[in-house]
Amino acid sequence: MLDLTTDTGGIISPNPFWLASAPPTNSGGQIERAFDAGWGGAVWKTLGTPIQNVSSRFGANKLYGNVEPLGFNNIELITDRPLETNFREIYEVKKKYPKNAVIVSLMVETKEEWREIIKRSIDAGADGLELNFGCPHGMCERGMGSAVGQEPAVNERITGWVKEYSTIPVLVKLTPNVSNILPHGMAAQRGGADGVSLINTIKSIIGVDIDRYVLEPRVAGLSTNGGYCGPAVKPIALFMTGELGRHPDFRIPISGIGGISTWRDAVEFLLLGASSVQVCTAVMLHGYRIVEDMIEGLETYMRTHQFERVDQMVGRALPSFSEWGNLDLNYDTVAKIDANSCIGCNRCVVACQDGAHQCITVGVDVKAPLVDESECVGCNLCQIVCPVPDCITMVPVENSLPPASWNDHVNHGAELRMKKGVH
Amino acid sequence: MWKLPDARSESVFEDYKAPYDAQQAAAEASRCLYCYDAPCIKACPTGIDIPNFIRKIATGNVQGSARTIFSANILGASCACVCPVEVLCVGDCVYNAAGIPPIQIGRLQRYATDQAVAANWRFFEAGPDTGKRVALVGAGPASLSAAHELRRHGHAVTIYEKGSVPGGLNVTGVAPYKLRAEDAMAELEWVLGIGGIEFVMNTEIGRDRSWESLAADHDAVFVGIGLGPDRSLPGAALGGVHGAVAWIEQMKLGLVDLSSVRDAVVIGGGNTAVDCVRELLGLGVPGVTMVYRGTEAKMSGYAHEWDAAKKDGARALWNAAPAGFVGEPHVEGVRYTGTEGPGVVPAQLVLLAIGQSKLGDQLAPLGIRAEAGRVVTDATGATSRPGWYVGGDAANGGKEVVNAVAEGKRAATAIHAFISGGGHA
Ligand SMILES: Cc1cc2nc3c(=O)[nH]c(=O)nc-3n(C[C@H](O)[C@H](O)[C@H](O)COP(=O)(O)OP(=O)(O)OC[C@H]3O[C@@H](n4cnc5c(N)ncnc54)[C@H](O)[C@@H]3O)c2cc1C
Ligand SMILES: Cc1cc2nc3c(=O)[nH]c(=O)nc-3n(C[C@H](O)[C@H](O)[C@H](O)COP(=O)(O)O)c2cc1C
Ligand code: SF4
Repeated sequence: MLDLTTDTGGIISPNPFWLASAPPTNSGGQIERAFDAGWGGAVWKTLGTPIQNVSSRFGANKLYGNVEPLGFNNIELITDRPLETNFREIYEVKKKYPKNAVIVSLMVETKEEWREIIKRSIDAGADGLELNFGCPHGMCERGMGSAVGQEPAVNERITGWVKEYSTIPVLVKLTPNVSNILPHGMAAQRGGADGVSLINTIKSIIGVDIDRYVLEPRVAGLSTNGGYCGPAVKPIALFMTGELGRHPDFRIPISGIGGISTWRDAVEFLLLGASSVQVCTAVMLHGYRIVEDMIEGLETYMRTHQFERVDQMVGRALPSFSEWGNLDLNYDTVAKIDANSCIGCNRCVVACQDGAHQCITVGVDVKAPLVDESECVGCNLCQIVCPVPDCITMVPVENSLPPASWNDHVNHGAELRMKKGVH
Repeated sequence: MWKLPDARSESVFEDYKAPYDAQQAAAEASRCLYCYDAPCIKACPTGIDIPNFIRKIATGNVQGSARTIFSANILGASCACVCPVEVLCVGDCVYNAAGIPPIQIGRLQRYATDQAVAANWRFFEAGPDTGKRVALVGAGPASLSAAHELRRHGHAVTIYEKGSVPGGLNVTGVAPYKLRAEDAMAELEWVLGIGGIEFVMNTEIGRDRSWESLAADHDAVFVGIGLGPDRSLPGAALGGVHGAVAWIEQMKLGLVDLSSVRDAVVIGGGNTAVDCVRELLGLGVPGVTMVYRGTEAKMSGYAHEWDAAKKDGARALWNAAPAGFVGEPHVEGVRYTGTEGPGVVPAQLVLLAIGQSKLGDQLAPLGIRAEAGRVVTDATGATSRPGWYVGGDAANGGKEVVNAVAEGKRAATAIHAFISGGGHA
C-alpha cells in the first residue's frame, strides 16, 4: 500500500504537492478548488500590510513560436486584500479541509507586527507559517523580502522573533539571489526554523519591447526588474535544494520550489532532499488540474521503485552529489548512433563539428552519421540534440586503468587515461 | 477465452492509421494546447477528458493516461481505432480554427490504451456484492459497457448473446483496416478482467428463451441487441448477392472466396457501403463500383472515408437506382435506372448495403413502446416498462461504437439507481 503522507518540519499533508504562495493561493475559494483537485497543501499568498499592485505584472520567456513559456516573470507584490478577509477565509478553509495543510506566508517589518500577524494566523487555524524572505522586487526596496533573505544575521534574528511567538511550525522561504545558499539556510536553522522553502524567484528582466525601447512588462512608460520562475529555474532550484540537502550540518527539512510542472520534476526534488514540493507557474499556466497527473505519476514511480512512503525516497540521489575533484577521470564513454532509428537530420554532426570535438561526420552512402570513437570525448552534445529517443546512446568504453579522480591524481599520483580530442 | 479461426480474410489488412511509437506520441502530445473546457471533450459522446489524457502522455504517465480514457469509455482502445474522429473530437480541435493541423487524438488514445491492454494494467474493481442481478441481451459494445459499470457497483450481470463470439459489430462489423477482430477481442477480454461478467452464448432471447422470463430471475434488464439483418431487394436470392453486414462478418471471422470476382457492386451510399468498397478493393477485387440512388453530396457515408475509397480506386454510379439483377443462378450484373441509365453494371459479387432492419418491435409484447422499430426511451435509456432499459444501436437507430458505450454506461447508472431504490423489473 502506498502512503503519500508527508511531514515537512511538523506540517503534515496528505501528499507532497503544495501550492506555492502566489496568485493561485490568493483566496479561500481558489484554495478550496485546489484541494478538491487533489493538492495536499497550500501556502497562502503572502500576508502583510496590503499593497497596491501595478498593471501589467507578468511576462513570459517563450522559445521561437512555442506556446508554453520556458520561464515566467512577475513584478507583483504581496496580498492586496484586507487581512480580515484573508484570515476569515483561512479559518473557513481549515474548517472545511482539516486534513489539508494550510501554511500562511508572512512578510511584515517590526517585531510587534510579527507578533500580531502570527497570533492572527494561528487563531485562524494555520498549520504552519512560511516567512517570505525571498521576494526580489518591490518589497525588498522597502526593506523586506529578499532584503532580509540576503542578510543571514537579519534572517536569523527575525526567524528567532517568529519562533518566540509561534506555536506552529515555521518554514523560512529563501531567496536564490545570493552567491551561496548555505549561510542563508544555516541562518534559518540557527534562528530555530522548522524547515526552509526554496527557491523564491530570481531577479530578472524578462524582455524588452524593441519597438518602444521599454522593458517588459510595461507599466505605462516604465518597468522594473522582476522575479523569474517556471521551468527555466528548475536546475537552479535543484542545485540549491541539493546543496542544503547534502550538507551534514543542515538538518531541517526542505520544501522544494522552482519550475516544477510534472510528477517527474517533483520526484527529482524529493530525491535531492525535499520533503514536499511547491508549484506556482505551472498552475498559473494550466490550473489546479495538473495535480492529478502529478499524484498518479508519483504513485506509479513509487510502485516501480518499490517505495511505500515518500520519506523513503527523500534524498536518495544525494550521495551521488559530489565534488568535481572526486569524479572518475578514467571513466570513458563514446557516442553510438543507432543507424536503424536515425532519421538523417545531421543535427549531431553540426553540433559535434562546431560545438564539440569534430568526431562526427556525415555518413557516406549511409543515412546515419559516423562517430570516430577514438576522438569522441563522451560529452553528450550529440545525444542532447538528437530528436529521436535512444538513437544516440553513450556507451562506456573499457580501459585497463582503475578509477582515478583528480584528487587521487594530485594526492596519490594515480594514473590517468590518455586524453582524447586534444590534438 | 474465445478462439477466432486462424484463417480469416480480414488478416490481409494493415492499419490505415499506423500506431504511434514513443517518439511520435511524445511529439504529438506535446503539441496539444491542454485546453480547458475543451471542445474535443464535448464532441466525444463518452466525454473523455482528452487534454488530460494527452498531457499525461506528454509527462510520461501513460498508465494515468489510460486510466483517464477508460474511466470515461471502457472500450477506449477500440474507439481509438474505429471512431470517426474527423467528425468527432479531432474535428473540433481548436487548432482547426487556427488553420493548424488538429491533434491526432485517436492515435494518441490508441498509444495509451494499447499498452494498457497489452500489459493488463488494472484500473477498476468490482464493487461489493449487492445481491442484485441484471440481465443484458446482446454482447455488443452497449451491453459490455453497461455490464462493466454494473460490476463496479457490485451487481451480478449475465449477458445473453445469440452468436458464438461476443463483442457485437465491434468484432464482426468494423472495417479491418481500422480494427481487426482479434484486437477487439483482446480489449474485450481485458474488460472482462473486472470479473463476474457471465455469458450465456448461442442463446437468442425471444427464440431460445422468452423475453418475459428474464424478469423472473433478474432485477433489471438491459437490451443491447443492435440492429437486425441487412435489408434486401426483390430478386436478390441469387448466387453472389449478399447482405453487406453478413458478408463483412464472414470476411472478419472466416474466409470469403473472391477468386472469380473481377467486378463487384456495392449498393448503397452509407458508411457500410463505403467500408465494403474499401474492403473489396483491399482484398484485391479489380473493379469495385458503388451504386447509389442519390448524388455524391447526398451520400450519408463520411466524406473522409469516401475520399479514401476513391484513392483506393473506387468507382461510383450516382443517381442510379437499382432495378434488378442479371444472371441465373449466379449474378452477372446489376440493372439500374436514373439519370445515367438505364443500364447494367457487370458484377460477379453484389453486396447490399441499404441498411439494417430494426428490432424494437419484438419488445412490444412486453409493454415496451417502439416507434418505427426503434425503442422509445428517456435520456437514461429507460423504456416505458420499469426496470427495462435499452442502449446502443437498438435505441439510437444505428450510430457508432462510442455512442453505444456512452448509452450503455448511462443506462447502467440509471439501473443502479433503480435497483438500489428497491425497483424490480
Ligand atoms: C459494417 C459496419 C461498420 C461499422 N463501422 C463502424 C466504425 O468504423 N466505427 C464505429 O464507431 N462504429 C461502426 N459501426 C457501428 C457500430 O458497430 C455499432 O454502432 C455498435 O456496434 C453498436 O453496438 P450495440 O451494442 O448497440 O450493438 P451490436 O454491436 O450490434 O451488438 C448487438 C449484439 O446483440 C446480439 N443480439 C441481437 N439480438 C439478440 C437477441 N435477441 N438475443 C441475444 N443476442 C442478440 C447480436 O448478435 C450482437 O452481438 C459499424 C457498423 C457496421 C454495420
Ligand atoms: C505572480 C507571482 C507572485 C508571487 N508571489 C509570491 C508571494 O506573494 N510570496 C512568495 O513567497 N512567493 C511568491 N511568488 C514566488 C512563488 O511562490 C515561487 O517561489 C516561484 O514562483 C517559483 O516557483 P515556480 O517555478 O513553480 O513558479 C510569486 C510568484 C509569481 C509568479
Ligand atoms: S488573466 Fe484575467 S485578470 Fe489577467 S489580464 Fe487576463 S482577464 Fe485580466
